[in-house]
Amino acid sequence: MTAVIKPAPVRKSVKVGAPIERAFDIFTTGLGRWWPRSHSIGKSPIASAVIEPRAGGRWYEIGEDGSECDWGEVLAWEPPTRVLLAWRIGVDWQFDPKLLTEVDVRFTAIGDGETRVELEHRQLENMGEAAAKAREVFDSEGGWGGLLAAYRSAVETP
Amino acid sequence: MSYDYAAMVALADPTRRKVFELVADRPRSVAELTRVLPVSQPAVSQHLRVLREARLVRAEARGASNIYHVDPQGLASMRAWLDRMWDDALDAFKQEIGSAKEQAR
Repeated sequence: MTAVIKPAPVRKSVKVGAPIERAFDIFTTGLGRWWPRSHSIGKSPIASAVIEPRAGGRWYEIGEDGSECDWGEVLAWEPPTRVLLAWRIGVDWQFDPKLLTEVDVRFTAIGDGETRVELEHRQLENMGEAAAKAREVFDSEGGWGGLLAAYRSAVETP
Repeated sequence: MSYDYAAMVALADPTRRKVFELVADRPRSVAELTRVLPVSQPAVSQHLRVLREARLVRAEARGASNIYHVDPQGLASMRAWLDRMWDDALDAFKQEIGSAKEQAR
């Protein structure tokens, strides 16, 4: 029997004072205007961040030296209601094309010029596997039963 | 965010990741780890210290030596880091929308 580490997805919601089209545009094509500069994986300090506006488009940061560092790609592009992104950054803080976690962002118009943005970062269990860099470890008995139970309760505690 | 970062940085070093994998495979002592790694015992101890500080492993005293186990706290902290990262990011997004609206007026 294979034990599966399954951390709860990260879920966030924010209400913004803009119509849905504008909220979607600023989130996606305007990413570089607001993405915190502290959240960077490149060797050079981050100058901007880009989501290419199409399914299959790249999602990456641009360093001050012009270098580009991939984060993942656009899995679904459904303006102005949804963008689904692949986040392929591992726990060693490197881009890993084999790692897939998903960031699902949904936009809902609420009343006059307001939009609710709901974000879910899921499949974090894939990151847990990358963390161990040893999938067989999770498949082996090796005393992981208790560990997994402890881990699950730790990550699911709100 | 220095602490949660530590788990990721700790695993970036290939030798340290190997130490972590071995400990994840089953609990081991420094001496056991040194036997299967191409580095000295002080070096193994140093890697374990970094992994401990990142809360990826924990030590349990057994007789004269420590036995190292995987610490689930380190993995949980990675999720916590992402949780905070998205808080920061959405706060910044909301502010950008607010300032864009002011400019439009």
